[in-house]
Amino acid sequence: MTTTAVAETPVLTILTYDSFVSDWGPGPAVEAAFEATCGCDLRMVGAGDGAALLARLKLEGSRSDADVILGLDTNLMVAAADTGLFAPISITANYAVPGGWADPYFAPFDWGYFAFVKNAELETPTNFRALADSDLKIVIQDPRSSTPGLGLLMWVKAAYGVDAADVWTDLADNIVTVTAGWSEAYGMFLEGEADLVLSYTTSPAYHLIAEGDASKSFAVFDEGHYMQIEVAGKLASSDQSALADQFLQFMVSDVFQSIIPTTNWMFPAVTPAAGLPEGFPKALSAKQSLIFSPTEAAALRNVALVEWQTALSQ
Amino acid sequence: MADSTIAIILRIILGGAVLAALLVFSIGTAVAVATQGQGLGILSVADWLAIRFTLWQACISAGLSVGIAIPVARALARQSFIGRQGLITLLGAPFILPVIVGVLGLLAVFGRAGWISDFLTWAGFARLSIYGPPGVILAHVFFNLPLATRFLLQGWAAVPAERFRVVHSLAASPWAYFRLIEWPLLRTVLPGAFLLIFLLCLTSFAVALAVGGGPKGTTIELAIYQAFRLDFDLSKAASLAVVQFSLCGGVAVLAFLVPLPQTDGLGLDRLPQRFDAYGHRTADCIWIFCATAFLVMPLSAILFRGVGHIHNLPHQVIVASLTSLLIALTSTIVCIAMALSLALTFACRGIAARNLAEGVGILGLATSPLVVGTGLFLMIFPFAQPMIFAVPITASVNAMMALPFALRVLMPAVREIYTDYLHLRCSLNMTQWVWLSRIVLPRLRRPLGFAAGLAVALSMGDLGVIALFSDPDLQTLPLMLYRLMGAYRMDQAAGVAVVLVAQSLVLFWIFDRGGRGYVGSK
Repeated sequence: MTTTAVAETPVLTILTYDSFVSDWGPGPAVEAAFEATCGCDLRMVGAGDGAALLARLKLEGSRSDADVILGLDTNLMVAAADTGLFAPISITANYAVPGGWADPYFAPFDWGYFAFVKNAELETPTNFRALADSDLKIVIQDPRSSTPGLGLLMWVKAAYGVDAADVWTDLADNIVTVTAGWSEAYGMFLEGEADLVLSYTTSPAYHLIAEGDASKSFAVFDEGHYMQIEVAGKLASSDQSALADQFLQFMVSDVFQSIIPTTNWMFPAVTPAAGLPEGFPKALSAKQSLIFSPTEAAALRNVALVEWQTALSQ
Repeated sequence: MADSTIAIILRIILGGAVLAALLVFSIGTAVAVATQGQGLGILSVADWLAIRFTLWQACISAGLSVGIAIPVARALARQSFIGRQGLITLLGAPFILPVIVGVLGLLAVFGRAGWISDFLTWAGFARLSIYGPPGVILAHVFFNLPLATRFLLQGWAAVPAERFRVVHSLAASPWAYFRLIEWPLLRTVLPGAFLLIFLLCLTSFAVALAVGGGPKGTTIELAIYQAFRLDFDLSKAASLAVVQFSLCGGVAVLAFLVPLPQTDGLGLDRLPQRFDAYGHRTADCIWIFCATAFLVMPLSAILFRGVGHIHNLPHQVIVASLTSLLIALTSTIVCIAMALSLALTFACRGIAARNLAEGVGILGLATSPLVVGTGLFLMIFPFAQPMIFAVPITASVNAMMALPFALRVLMPAVREIYTDYLHLRCSLNMTQWVWLSRIVLPRLRRPLGFAAGLAVALSMGDLGVIALFSDPDLQTLPLMLYRLMGAYRMDQAAGVAVVLVAQSLVLFWIFDRGGRGYVGSK
């Protein structure tokens, strides 16, 4: 009996980033909630950090056995759509994403602002120039494998434009190391390997809400904070197309969105009926929010990457 | 010759097939890569800086390893003390130690949160930071200083004991001592040791991956991996692979002109009586102590941290351990089969064969795993998903990487058997079967066991091609360790390190012991 049941259960494979499927991430709760309604087996596979997902997808091409890719962001959306590997979707929701949402291939599941997280008592500079002049040590992520890493490139580009290369040259001696993914960088910061780590304005809320620890905060930068909108899309090669659509619709539902704030520690893409948890930070003002459109980001990526690599290779 | 014509032909076919397979693996993949590359124009400033860094760090690492090895080897050659032999055996350990474990150990001692930093903070100084070039060089010296020391020790051991006696009885000054004894021996050993270590550092991947700290510590191997796995820029990966292949090839040609030190490490137990030992006691002790501490501290740091965490490792450790075992055993069988075929085919064929064996060895050393991996990927990609072949590809590349070392152990042994026993075979008119089963194999058992031990341990610790081909479902122990480090679960990483080291050492021991046991029971 059991064998027959297993054989008939369709399997939906989601390729996502590592921290999403970790024990403390949204993965376990999402899997349980979706499997309760879908009559399927939801298989979530972590494949490094967000940007590595795209490279992995290109590596596998149409032979990929994944059905849904979850964890790209607006900076990578154009490059992802250009692979021709994604199928159009029609997901509707009452998005709370700043600036609204309309895209034929991708639906957002959460968003946030990049920020340097620190110990609350540490006096920190209020912009990149001052940070570069200080002796503070920072850990950042590789923009080629990690979406926060790429977000930081865009942040510096958005704040400094043509001077971005100079800023990177000055920042080079503050950088302890460049990690492949967010988890490693954040872990290093928690173990005291650096004064600041590139993360999100919402990260201190994790320590406050989950651990009752108010010792972490983020450095407010006067040039503003770059935004990240994390998205998911369906692969054209999927053999579970209907199920994939069902998952994407579930992704913007109240059940999934209520899981996000206290597991992924990001702002949910659709505000849950119950609102945000106590102690969760507020959104920044529009003046403090920086973001490039997906097309702008795609056009800037290579230039910014070369500037970054060259400055940090010296 | 007692061999039948058929047997000779068969053997040449077999040896030829192995050679052909090796050429496809090294040169063939390089050609596959070159046809995909778009020349050097596609390389960015950062790529050229990575190439410059690779050469620079290989130079510094090899220079430091060999330079520090001189006083350490001199001290070990001059002093006799309890545990000296054990220490010399220990010097062989880093060679089979998984690179990623060594790196984890170095971080625990020299890292920002490590022992030395703790001490420095306590003493009021700033913490160390080893990410970037210092970390890469530190790790390379950690792995290669012992190797260099063993090479130099062999040089010292080759000096006839009488010469020390004569020089001592003439009451030679230290300068005369250096000029008469040490300089001639160093001159023969140093260039080969430097080149070999330079070559090993040139193809370094796991070290730069773990402590490179970003673009400032990126080697060509790492840049190939990144072009591949992060940018999926196959033509850039191919262009970088062409650069890497040319550099290694260039060094390999140089190495062909310079005699490389023997890598088998057997026969180090002779200790001439040294009358000058007493006068240098203090300095020698300091060198020996520092070198030992440098080797032992990182390893103990990991073992201490890891032992307590073995019980709460994720259950995937069992699958990873079995996957590693499967890859290591397969690659050992392939490696030993190749080495044995080559040795049996070419050992009795004089100077040309010796050059061939040397050439194959150097080819193996100069072949970068990531270039081979890139080439195989490009060859398979149009037809199938290369990831499905991760296990056989990793096993074959590992076999190829261990081949030079296996060949260096087996070739002299086979040659010796032919020199000593071929006349016996002719006079008794032995059949092929009797010859192989009664004469050759029993005598080869010890070198075979040692060679297989090296191959199995090297393959167990490999973190190269597997990183290129891995998918989230497939992991070996070194890869699992790297991923745990990536999630910054250092306690669990240390636990996996203990499992990995134990598994490598036990396998090495079983093979090496298996080889000796037979001889011992005779």
